Amino acid sequence: MSDAITLPAPHVRLGSSSGQPVTRRDGHLKVTGAATYAADNHPAGMLYAVIAVSTIARGRVTSLDVEAAKAHPGVVEVITPANRPPLSLDPDEKVGLFGFRIDALQNDRVRYARQPIALVVAETLEAATEGARLLSPTYEVEPARVTFEDGEAYDPPAVGVGAPPNFAKGDIAAGHAAATHRVDTTYETPAQYHNAMEPHAMVAEWNGDHLTIDTPNQAIVMSRALFAGYFGIPPENVLLRSPFLGGGFGSKAIMNGPYILAILAARMMQRPVKMVLPRDQMFGPVGHRGATQQHLRLGMDAEGHLTALEHNAVATTSTFDDFIEPAANASHNLYASPAISTRHGGVRVDIGTPGPMRAPGEASGSAALECAIDEAALACGIDPLEFRLRNYSETDPASGKPFSAKALRECYAEGAKAFGWAGRPLSPRQMKDVQGRLVGWGMGSAMFPCPMFPATARATLRSDGTALVETAGADMGQGAWTALAQIAADGLGLDVERIEFRSGTSDLPDGGVAGGSGHTASAGTALHNAGTDAIARLAEIATADRKSPLFGAGNAGVEARDGRLYHRGDETRSESYADILARSGNASVEGNGTGARDPKDAEERAMFSHGAVFAEVKVDPDLGQVMVTRLVGAFAAGRIINPKLARSQLYGGMIWGVSFALHEEAVHDRRSGRIMNADLAGYHIPVHADIPDMQALLIHEDDPYVNVLGVKGVGEIGVTGTVGAIANAIWHATGVRVRRFPITLDKLILDPGMPA
Amino acid sequence: MTLSVTLSVNGVRRDVTLEDPRVTLLDLLRERLDLVGTKKGCDRGQCGACTVLVDGRRINSCLALAASYDGADIVTIEGLAKGDLLDPVQAAFIAHDGFQCGFCTPGQIMSAVGLINEGEAGDDPDRVREGMSGNLCRCGAHAGIVEAVLDAQKQLQQRRVA
Ligand code: FES
Ligand code: FES
Repeated sequence: MSDAITLPAPHVRLGSSSGQPVTRRDGHLKVTGAATYAADNHPAGMLYAVIAVSTIARGRVTSLDVEAAKAHPGVVEVITPANRPPLSLDPDEKVGLFGFRIDALQNDRVRYARQPIALVVAETLEAATEGARLLSPTYEVEPARVTFEDGEAYDPPAVGVGAPPNFAKGDIAAGHAAATHRVDTTYETPAQYHNAMEPHAMVAEWNGDHLTIDTPNQAIVMSRALFAGYFGIPPENVLLRSPFLGGGFGSKAIMNGPYILAILAARMMQRPVKMVLPRDQMFGPVGHRGATQQHLRLGMDAEGHLTALEHNAVATTSTFDDFIEPAANASHNLYASPAISTRHGGVRVDIGTPGPMRAPGEASGSAALECAIDEAALACGIDPLEFRLRNYSETDPASGKPFSAKALRECYAEGAKAFGWAGRPLSPRQMKDVQGRLVGWGMGSAMFPCPMFPATARATLRSDGTALVETAGADMGQGAWTALAQIAADGLGLDVERIEFRSGTSDLPDGGVAGGSGHTASAGTALHNAGTDAIARLAEIATADRKSPLFGAGNAGVEARDGRLYHRGDETRSESYADILARSGNASVEGNGTGARDPKDAEERAMFSHGAVFAEVKVDPDLGQVMVTRLVGAFAAGRIINPKLARSQLYGGMIWGVSFALHEEAVHDRRSGRIMNADLAGYHIPVHADIPDMQALLIHEDDPYVNVLGVKGVGEIGVTGTVGAIANAIWHATGVRVRRFPITLDKLILDPGMPA
Repeated sequence: MTLSVTLSVNGVRRDVTLEDPRVTLLDLLRERLDLVGTKKGCDRGQCGACTVLVDGRRINSCLALAASYDGADIVTIEGLAKGDLLDPVQAAFIAHDGFQCGFCTPGQIMSAVGLINEGEAGDDPDRVREGMSGNLCRCGAHAGIVEAVLDAQKQLQQRRVA
């Protein structure tokens, strides 16, 4: 059973508060196989559910052999549109800002390949799997449209999550006209699928009108309400448990049809039901990163200063819902230009609806922008780092507002030094290694915004001198259980070992969303404030108590540290939390906190994390095979709570950059509309042999405005910058500019510029 | 059709009656023997999350039919530590932060134990990378994993010498 995660003291203690490289507190559970992921649950009497999915991309299901499936030993029920019980919310309704239309057997329409068309419930997984196969659907097939050319173009009213599609500053035509050097270039990025190692999973159990679900989720309390909505029960009746997620990357923050069907099956059968998506079904109903075509036009004056920056992106979305990768917005906040213009278009295709995927918009946008900037530097005959410095923006280019903090200059300098950038030849194809491979160096700037989401937390100081802190946060690998406990410890003036940290279930205070790289900032601020609140209450008790050495100090006259309150003016006057509580007769004192940014700071400042990534690649001149041989990133992301975990997160992002640049691509068959490589053999992500020695430098940055903790976020920024750095290094090695990601060897060797 | 199989799992004899010949070793462990530490990432032999040791050799348990493992000696992630004492590979994974979400971790660790047993990789990071390349990690914990394997191997060698 996965209860709320409750972690005892860490096994390896390396420090006790923010800034310390505390070892992951859940490490022991993870290396012994004792960490409980959703699919590891096995309530008594459990049935297995398997989804049957369409093999066509557009049309109608005309028949399903329900009899054959039901005749298979062990199969107990088959749910199809014909017998699917009603839901309290229409699956085609969009609920809330973050709502998506889902496929929950509402009719016989097929809108994309691998859309759910039935659910088979059986006593065993084997029987359910076979039952789904026996359904042998027949279809009325309509032609599939899966490419930019075949799809239906439209003007999206919004991009990403509610962002305006177009932006303009200054006179872009005048900027182009004034330019001495020009770049006009188009980059394409393919559809990519999240593919967390843990497939989406649901174990659902009803008890009357109460529902318990074990499912990996990045937004626990928000999702609880949505699940409740589909079944017409109050949110409090749903207990969602997600103590460990096997990766999420955005795909586990959004609702999907299979989840709703599994819960429905559990209600129909009045037995617990487990449903785990097979890997190929991760390429359909659970979101992806939409494909983009990005056209950039840059103008520069004689000295290499941008006079115009124009970035137009077209992205694919489904025929029935909207999520447009906000790729062009990557050009808003990084490089100074008197004129900036960005526009987005959409193309509707017969593919499942895209959604946020690690650095949504920023990843694709940065890939194109950083390559275009490299082309611009070349056009001006300037070193790519020098070119970026010439176009360094001291204030936010889009809004003109000052940055809350921006240590990008330091990132450039430290990164370049660690990499050894100085002396890089300007022209391509200048360097070779002893084996005759072409060697190239490239770089890219990294940037990511610092959103905060509403979050709350509770802290309870207990009479034994320990504390319980609670927030419904999500740890999908970023290390939240450790970093958040560190923050909570500091807020309470306690060693982290004295903190009992509860999280990961929906009956706790709302910990917000683990997304947008904002979880540590949001839930962390809430935890910090809850701790401060608890301490204030404790101080009230102490300073009003004649028997306390702190009597009369006034609330503001005390300081909390090491489990004691100290008199600010006189350090010899102090008392332990335990003693204060014992004398007061209170068993505990509770504080509550919310995580929000000062609205004035939010209004007045532009807030971003920054970084610089440098890559070395070696390319086989005959085979076109590319190896990334060195990767150095330098990142400034405000205060780092745990450098060990932050570095791991940055590496993870940079490896996603390697993956984007060289590996990932969902390949669609234009005739059938199906993804031809919907498995982990055909859909490539880097393996160990693809990943070189890496360095992620944490550049010091004090940000007094971003939030009380000074925390930004490190989960996604590593993807940005890295893609461009690798692509630019490949150009530098070979002289070939590949403008369609991923950069695979066929694109290199077929280029007329490649042969030596 | 039912089949009877006897296996040793983490040193414990298990007599299993399989009501269905299609059951894989992975699903036997996870769904019938309550050993859920071994993970299913693909069910196709493409990710390594299901890696266990069979008679000391690492295999993808999702590609193994349970019925054909009668008499086999199986070690899963749950059987690696000796009581509270972690295997050096497990300890090294913690020390080097060789994981993030932890989902690939049981497979990575069992694969690392298998690789070290094979004695092929030596202390060459590139050969460790090659030898671990059947184990995917989507979080991007590769750097820590390779460091952990090299470190654990060194410790085990020193132990053998001492
Ligand atoms: S689950 Fe066996 S290799 Fe992926
Ligand atoms: S740690 Fe998450 S997949 Fe490897």
